[in-house]
Amino acid sequence: MSILTQLAGALSSGSVQVIDLTHTLDPDFPVIILPPEFGQCARFRMEEISAYDHRGPAWKWHNISMSEHTGTHFDAPSHWISGRDLPSNSVDAIKPADFIGPVVVLDCVEATENDEDFELSRADIEEWEKAHGKIPEHSWVLMRTDWSKRSGAEYLNMREDGPHSPGPSAEAIRFLIDERGIRGFGTETVGTDGGQAAHATPPYPAHYFLHGAGRYGLQCLANLDKLPATGAVLFAAPLKIKDGTGSPLRVLAMVESA
Amino acid sequence: MTEALFPPPKKNPQKRSIKPTRPPEVRSRASLGLTAAAAEGRFALQQCTHCSAWQYPPRDACVNCLSTDLEWNEIAAEGTLIAETTVQTSPRLYYRERMPWRMGTVQLDAGPVILAHLHEDVAEKSRVRMIARLDRAGQGVLVAMPVEDTPLMEDASLMRELTADPKHRRILITDARASNAPAIAKSLFDAGAATVFAGEAEAWRPYPARSELENLGVDIMPLDVTDTLSVQTLAGEIGGKTDILVNNAQFVRPGGAMSRNDTGFARDEIEVNYLGMMRLAQAFGPAMNSRTSDGINSAAAWVNILYVGALANTAGFGAFAASQAAAYSLSQCLRAEFRDSGLRVMNLFTGPTEDDWFQLLPPPKVLPQAIARELVKGLQAGLEDVWCGDIAKDVRERFRRDPKVLERELTFGSEGP
Repeated sequence: MSILTQLAGALSSGSVQVIDLTHTLDPDFPVIILPPEFGQCARFRMEEISAYDHRGPAWKWHNISMSEHTGTHFDAPSHWISGRDLPSNSVDAIKPADFIGPVVVLDCVEATENDEDFELSRADIEEWEKAHGKIPEHSWVLMRTDWSKRSGAEYLNMREDGPHSPGPSAEAIRFLIDERGIRGFGTETVGTDGGQAAHATPPYPAHYFLHGAGRYGLQCLANLDKLPATGAVLFAAPLKIKDGTGSPLRVLAMVESA
Repeated sequence: MTEALFPPPKKNPQKRSIKPTRPPEVRSRASLGLTAAAAEGRFALQQCTHCSAWQYPPRDACVNCLSTDLEWNEIAAEGTLIAETTVQTSPRLYYRERMPWRMGTVQLDAGPVILAHLHEDVAEKSRVRMIARLDRAGQGVLVAMPVEDTPLMEDASLMRELTADPKHRRILITDARASNAPAIAKSLFDAGAATVFAGEAEAWRPYPARSELENLGVDIMPLDVTDTLSVQTLAGEIGGKTDILVNNAQFVRPGGAMSRNDTGFARDEIEVNYLGMMRLAQAFGPAMNSRTSDGINSAAAWVNILYVGALANTAGFGAFAASQAAAYSLSQCLRAEFRDSGLRVMNLFTGPTEDDWFQLLPPPKVLPQAIARELVKGLQAGLEDVWCGDIAKDVRERFRRDPKVLERELTFGSEGP
């Protein structure tokens, strides 16, 4: 039997399950907040065109609008200044094979409970590898914090001195890119960087290094607690937007039932 | 003496709400000057520019010299009540529901004899002070008031008909985050508002004024005027007990078309300032329109806070001003669409306000407290147009004199070498 036939069988028997890692696109879902003189990330909006009424008797549909970086979304290399001159750096130019691949999940839940500004370090990753083996090349690496279970003001966790949420250190991201050759990095928070990452050197190190190296980002992920540390396959295909720097998307993972 | 108006009892849910009726609306074009003055709370009569004679009622020519060059000027408001009658019956439903109705003839000290509604505290054949107000049909009427204020005079049923007094009313402020929200809420409570709701967008973003609003006793409700579903949801919940809606939601950024590189902020300005008003009107308008005769806490007014650049573009804030022009135009549309119910649309125009976005403009700038004070005064007088602060008043005056001259003054280039 071919691999795909086996896979199809496993999917229908339930021995391989599909996990949805996506938040619902909701007008009230938080987006990143920048100083107000800067351009802002548009919230998700939905306007009814018709609903089986005089505007369209037999059909219901909506016009929707949002930013490329609203809700659960994908960051392409062209999102950041460090990746602006790379070839194939926009969502429409990325080769489709990059949208499906292996994923590892680093459990940072306990560390985040103790420190909401927790910085994932190289040492933390090396410690993880002792238990789970070396991160395979071209993997997605997802940072599980259970942050997706927060809602309302707790999510951005914005204070007078800015938002407070976990993220990777510059050193950790460089390690994942340079020494592990990852495909991309994903988080449950509003960005791939921590809330206070504007104060890091360089500012927003995850964005800067990932996109500078042609790698991708995923943020506002959910249900990472349903994924195994290793062995799952991630589907993360952004919309094919001309010169798009990112896109909301449905992120799915295939996991083998225990 | 006027009896105190008490908070209304809870409605009997088995009784039908009274449908709005209104007095006759048709007037001659000549007499609309009275309405225009009343819309700003000014008592004005027609005066001949040739022979200076005052006249009432308004006509197309001077009764003294037949000149057609007449203008509306403010006139000394004191006079004497010389005759009165109390109307006991009328075929007009509006009056029929409000009988008896007291009217009289007033001899103004300045000359003309005018027909007026009489405040109940005006004694027979006494000295009176005239005011102009808008009636439920949105037309100017004249009211004889006691020369000295009497206690609770604003509680008289006649005044409740002619104003949108916040007393005992339930009021929605659409943007809790706006810097003027606490001041407006406080002024409304001070004026006797029964309930003040404030709409809060994006509860996931903290803001300092929230605790201030809570301490004032404001009911904070989720509302984002850029989100149709959110507006519909809140209207579903409290639309039927929103007596006055104060739309203070405003998105402002400096810059015109050429000083910006994109349409991003312009889109936000239109989403909040123009489409926001439209969403609110579509969601809250029907219930408010149906409740304009609903007793002491009937629906009474719709208030927009607008930047005076709505009248003539101020280039430093040109794109914002354009959105304000759109909002102003829409407010006029709402006036027409609310006319049948008698729901009043009051526009409060300000110049630059004392906040982050107008930081680089020199004073005078309008403080939140000034907006709050003028807003309440405007509601108490049932106004349609309120000009808050020196700049707004000045722009109004110059706009009235010559809109083109004003436009030219506001669109100067920078002086070259």
